[in-house]
Amino acid sequence: MNILDSALSGTYGYLFNIAIIFVKIAVVVGVTMLHVTYATYFERKVIGHMQIRLGPMRVGPHGILQPIADMLKLFFKEDIIPSEADKPVFKIAPVIPIFATLSSLAVVPFFEGFVIADINIGLLYLFAMSSLAAYGVVMAGWASNSKYSFLGGLRSSAQVISYEVAMGLSLVGVMLMAGSLNLSDIVKAQQQYWHGMFLIPQFLAYFVFMVAAFAETNRTPFDLPEAESELVAGYFVEYSGIRFAWYYAAEYVGMIIMSSIAVLCFWGGWTIPPVIADSIPALKVVPGIVWFLGKVYFHIFLYYWVRATVPRYRYDQLMALGWKVLIPLALANIVVTSIVKYMS
Amino acid sequence: MLPKLFFGYFAIVMISLSLVVITRRNPVHSVLWMLVLFFHIAGLYLFLNAEFIAAVQIILYAGAILVLFLFVIMMLNLKEEITAERFIGEWPIGVALAISILMLIFFSISKITAGPQGQHTIEAIKAETHTKAIGKVLYTEYLFPFEIASLILLIAIVGAIVLAKKRG
Repeated sequence: MNILDSALSGTYGYLFNIAIIFVKIAVVVGVTMLHVTYATYFERKVIGHMQIRLGPMRVGPHGILQPIADMLKLFFKEDIIPSEADKPVFKIAPVIPIFATLSSLAVVPFFEGFVIADINIGLLYLFAMSSLAAYGVVMAGWASNSKYSFLGGLRSSAQVISYEVAMGLSLVGVMLMAGSLNLSDIVKAQQQYWHGMFLIPQFLAYFVFMVAAFAETNRTPFDLPEAESELVAGYFVEYSGIRFAWYYAAEYVGMIIMSSIAVLCFWGGWTIPPVIADSIPALKVVPGIVWFLGKVYFHIFLYYWVRATVPRYRYDQLMALGWKVLIPLALANIVVTSIVKYMS
Repeated sequence: MLPKLFFGYFAIVMISLSLVVITRRNPVHSVLWMLVLFFHIAGLYLFLNAEFIAAVQIILYAGAILVLFLFVIMMLNLKEEITAERFIGEWPIGVALAISILMLIFFSISKITAGPQGQHTIEAIKAETHTKAIGKVLYTEYLFPFEIASLILLIAIVGAIVLAKKRG
């Protein structure tokens, strides 16, 4: 302990802190990318079993090595750039979504005290990064110089702008109740209730948030930007090899980020409801990361569940749902929450 | 020294990016350079301890307004746009005007005296958090101008819808 103290206070203390941050970043990014590889496997298995199929079975026992095989294939695949494409934009585009989603991880508190950057505007930072990710899609759609990509890009930009409004408004209720934009503070604010989560008073906001999160990550039933029956694969139809893999990975990291926001803002993050913790004291020994990951896995499962169940929306239905249902609901939620907060 | 270096970087890069934005032949490239410019503006806000405004700068300008720009520009016939003349014939008049305004600012800036220091020092904002500080000022002291600004924006939204409806 003495050595650690002197290292922190000495001239090298500054460098030591930076080194710790780098280690944290490496751990978080590494673990997340591992989750992404196995999220694809999990998705194929879940959807397979829901449709009474087995899913991947060939590579390893029960296909457990399938994601590794997929990854190797994508790494070594030929990278093709269309001859009429806008090359600089085409090359930059796939980096933007993965950059934006991975940097969102910086403000996510995974358990008590573990967060790379504990900033006051955590929630706003997450919004900023998720809106940045849309550029990757729009740029790919335009730079590929193909009508399928272009239509995918146009659909996505309109969809993301519309649902971002609903998503932002849905979280205002949470901000009002917590009185903070810092994600750790939001989690702590939920502990003062016996149920330990904003899910119960903010059920309306949770519903709006989840629907908007599905639309923001371009997942079924709102996967019109990559509707395979009309647009082949949408905005990334011209991409291959590792550039394609970046888009794919960004989609899954985006799902993990959205699930994490839902868990932190509505499900009490790494904590469990005080009423349960008080009646079963043994649960207090379980580290917070277990609860956090469990809740995130449930939300990721929800994504797959919905994908296997619900058919795709038509474009006008998507817009009508966003503007005429979700935004008014979120606004009503803000008004009610403000009145209740003002009265109490 | 370090703050000056930071400011120097932001100032030089922002001016050169603005020049890059207006000189690109391809409008889509202009918009993408503008995105980089907006990120530098947000960086400058962060540098001034204005974290809330920095985040809103990215969410609104980069995340919403610029995407709409891109949306419209992507619909243009770019092949025609690229071959078109970049600047209109009267550009020397514009340059002369710009230089005279710059001179005006340059000479008047030395005459400005700093106002009395308010209650919002860096320490006060750090203690209260920037979001809270800006919210309090906006909703108490400047409530009336704030409401007028929102009304003007509302009128613009209604106007846009009226214009769009007429054609259909």
